[in-house]
Amino acid sequence: MNNTDNGAETVLQVAGLSKVFPVRSGLLGRGGEVVKAVDDISLTVRKGETLGLVGESGCGKSTAGKTIMRLYEPTSGTISLKGQDITHLRGRALRAIRRELQIVFQDPFSSLNPRMTAGQIVGEPLTIHGLARGRQKADRIAELFHRVGLRPDQMRRYPHEFSGGQRQRLAIARALSVEPDLIVADESVSALDVSIQASIINLMMDIQKEHGLSFLFIAHDIAVVEHISDRIAVMYLGRIVEMGPRARIVTAPRHPYTKALLSAVPVPDPNRKPDPFRLKGDVPSPINPPSGCTFHTRCPLAFDRCRIEAPAFREVGPGHFSACHLDIAENAP
Amino acid sequence: MVSSEVHPALNRTADGGRHAARAARKVVLSVEGLRTEFQTSDGVAIAVDGVSLEARQGETLAIVGESGSGKSVTALSIMRLIPSPPGRIVAGEIRYGDLDLSAISEREIEKVRGNKISMIFQEPMTSLNPVLSIGRQMTEAIETHMGLARQDARTRATDMLRRVNIPEPDKRMRQFPHQLSGGMLQRVMIAMALSCDPDVLIADEPTTALDVTIQSQILDLMRDLQRDFDAAIILITHDMGVVAEMADRVIVMYAGRKVEEASVAEIFAHPRHPYTRGLLRALPVLGRPSSGDTVRLEEIPGIVPALTDLPVGCRFAPRCAFATDTCRAEYPPLEEKARGHLAACWHADQIAGT
Amino acid sequence: MSTLQHIAAEQTPEEEASRPRSARWRFLRAVVANRGAAVGLAIVLVLIVAAVLAQVIAPHDPMRMGAGPRLAGPSLAYPFGTDEFGRDILSRVIHGTRLTLQIGTIAVGISLTAGLLIGLLAGYAGGWPERILMRSVDVIFSFTETLIALAAVAVLGPSLTNAMIAVGIAAIPFYARVTYGVTLVERNKPYFEAAIAAGAAHTRLIFVHLLPNIIPPLIVVATLGVSTAVLAAAALSFLGLGAQPPSPEWGAMLASGREYISRAPWVMIFPGLAIAISVLAFNLLGDGIREALDPRQRKE
Repeated sequence: MNNTDNGAETVLQVAGLSKVFPVRSGLLGRGGEVVKAVDDISLTVRKGETLGLVGESGCGKSTAGKTIMRLYEPTSGTISLKGQDITHLRGRALRAIRRELQIVFQDPFSSLNPRMTAGQIVGEPLTIHGLARGRQKADRIAELFHRVGLRPDQMRRYPHEFSGGQRQRLAIARALSVEPDLIVADESVSALDVSIQASIINLMMDIQKEHGLSFLFIAHDIAVVEHISDRIAVMYLGRIVEMGPRARIVTAPRHPYTKALLSAVPVPDPNRKPDPFRLKGDVPSPINPPSGCTFHTRCPLAFDRCRIEAPAFREVGPGHFSACHLDIAENAP
Repeated sequence: MVSSEVHPALNRTADGGRHAARAARKVVLSVEGLRTEFQTSDGVAIAVDGVSLEARQGETLAIVGESGSGKSVTALSIMRLIPSPPGRIVAGEIRYGDLDLSAISEREIEKVRGNKISMIFQEPMTSLNPVLSIGRQMTEAIETHMGLARQDARTRATDMLRRVNIPEPDKRMRQFPHQLSGGMLQRVMIAMALSCDPDVLIADEPTTALDVTIQSQILDLMRDLQRDFDAAIILITHDMGVVAEMADRVIVMYAGRKVEEASVAEIFAHPRHPYTRGLLRALPVLGRPSSGDTVRLEEIPGIVPALTDLPVGCRFAPRCAFATDTCRAEYPPLEEKARGHLAACWHADQIAGT
Repeated sequence: MSTLQHIAAEQTPEEEASRPRSARWRFLRAVVANRGAAVGLAIVLVLIVAAVLAQVIAPHDPMRMGAGPRLAGPSLAYPFGTDEFGRDILSRVIHGTRLTLQIGTIAVGISLTAGLLIGLLAGYAGGWPERILMRSVDVIFSFTETLIALAAVAVLGPSLTNAMIAVGIAAIPFYARVTYGVTLVERNKPYFEAAIAAGAAHTRLIFVHLLPNIIPPLIVVATLGVSTAVLAAAALSFLGLGAQPPSPEWGAMLASGREYISRAPWVMIFPGLAIAISVLAFNLLGDGIREALDPRQRKE
């Protein structure tokens, strides 16, 4: 993971990032138990690229996204934006880099301040960073509305007057207003109907091409992630278990969890031959993760070593990494 | 894949649908012209407008639609679970055996509900009473409907839990809902729903709230149990993938009406309504982008009409690329366009050709 | 979401051209749609008018002793009768309206302002400030409001002004708690995180994002709080710790009318009714405001 790979510069580099939450118990809030929501993850996003971060509930992907956005304080590790270490920035310095890094949330209903007009919401980042004023600002906002497929004459309306898909467009316009380098999309299409989802996905892909943006696309729906991403990282219980180019991950996964995830997705094709690679049991509690490889309790291919030793995250192909003692491609029947 | 081969996991032929036996399968529940309305502050919302369907023994009928389609309300209407006020079943017949479920009294429907027709919901966490043990909730239904003594009911309940692959069923009987995970709870719901040997199981988005790896376990389970119990399943969902995996027959609903009905193979291969077609083309299909097929997802412009302010003519016309003046003026009748394939569109043949 | 909420949420149309644009106007209409609230609002307006125009509409001088016969029953000249000093009760009740409203606004003003500051600061800052502030609030809250009010008056000395202040102080923990709760809720909503992510600094976060969203529920609480304040002050006056004679404050009137309850019950009845009706009116109005705010929020 070097700075200029394939000629494209690195926009985001995350190394050994962890985020630990205390679990409250006891009078003074000192309980001792912790949840390792994000456990030692490392990833890179290049300019113009989309890295999809996929996993099921509790895997820590949303926490990872918010920690990278510095909405949470990282417990350890580093976050670098275009070479600048932003891990421990505070106050004005932190607010300054927020221009480069924006986020679009999952819930279109509560991610917009109900007491502000659509225009005020979209223009807020411009105001905060002093990028435009008065007439110029109004023009810029109108331009943004156009870009995301909304009519500028709706600027004075309030969020509750828009539909879910339209609100998500507003959220995207807001993120776009400061021309960031990276946008974190945290389950941005999960709360939308399928027919609306398609238009938002298309919008995001279009603006990415136009502005040379990078996306960290966090979602639980791997079909959507595959569609929009260049590279995919799969998370389980706070760790990245596999990461690599999209086609490799989807057609030739090397980690059993990835394989199970792919095989579990119901495909809208009744003629598809199912390939059941089923997991046992339920997701273990993140407070008390299993020993060794945290996935071993559910893995159909687990053996003794998996219980004792956590596998290293090693390169299994060009730009393709996996953390498993087996190499399932080698051992596939 | 040879078309006559029966794949064990699917329990149906690869071209979808149990073709030979279908006509012979008994209809256990039929709905005719169901119409359910809601009083809202903006007027009367017609949530379900003249919907008819048939549930056959051993067959899974999927009802697909997005928000505002009326699919959930249809299911709730069948079970007479519509809160009244503000909702009301204003027309239609729901035939189960000799009974018309829409017309019988509350006491009579209570004998049917949970017994011969049972339902599982989307949120297992809120569908169960948090202060009663699992065992208590399960035995209650069994005792009431099957008239078994407490001990026999407990045995049956424990057996059901075992059947749905819940480990240590005796222990689970004593536990409370909050002690079980979402996937586990949904299994309990299924166990409860099947405990009185129902003829019809209505599943309203049963796996939407679950992780996909858990979802696949639950869907496998439902398929297995359907084989064993030979129940009719009415599956409400918005997920076309789940439809492809589970359904024999599919109904597509839009803005309160049925717009298309066909076998699962037909719906996917030859959709005849622009909405169905649009839905299928809007879906990202796993594996397609990676195989080099960089197809842009097709968008359906506009939004679902407000149920209190429905357009004259075809309700999908404002969003439809194929709409003509006829469409805007007059609502197309739901007609058979091909064998066993109904669609409500003036241009169904044109759509089928695309 | 429940089926009904689903149906309600989908009503959001792309066009909302025909509805009156002013949110305030629609809000007012929503409030008076509830009949109880409409009645409450009407009564409150009457009280305000009475308070403002007391000098003009009161038939007699409320302080003038011997204006009429002592302890005379309700008559044409004296619709509410007269008290033990021959003063016209109607005029006293009308003038008392002014005091009642003063109590309501000043007491609630004190508690709301201080409570808002404390609760907002605790909710926003988190960490040590939150712990210290809210624990203190909890401790004070454990003493009943009446006790605190009594203690405050004991320290400050009996007078109507001091009673208002005492009642105001006593209710601070309540408003602090409510504000704290609402602040926590809003602070955890995505729009707040989005503002932080956009680079907003503290001032903007508090004034543009938090305050406009915590004020509406506080309005409800404050409106209902007016009636509590009125009752509390009346109680203090009744005990002789609030308004002092010859003030036409309703609680004080109740106190002095006590001896004559069998002989001349109207001396107590009318001020008592005035208290009850005012309290009811503010409660109804508060409920109406709450309802008007609530379903709109669910729709949003």
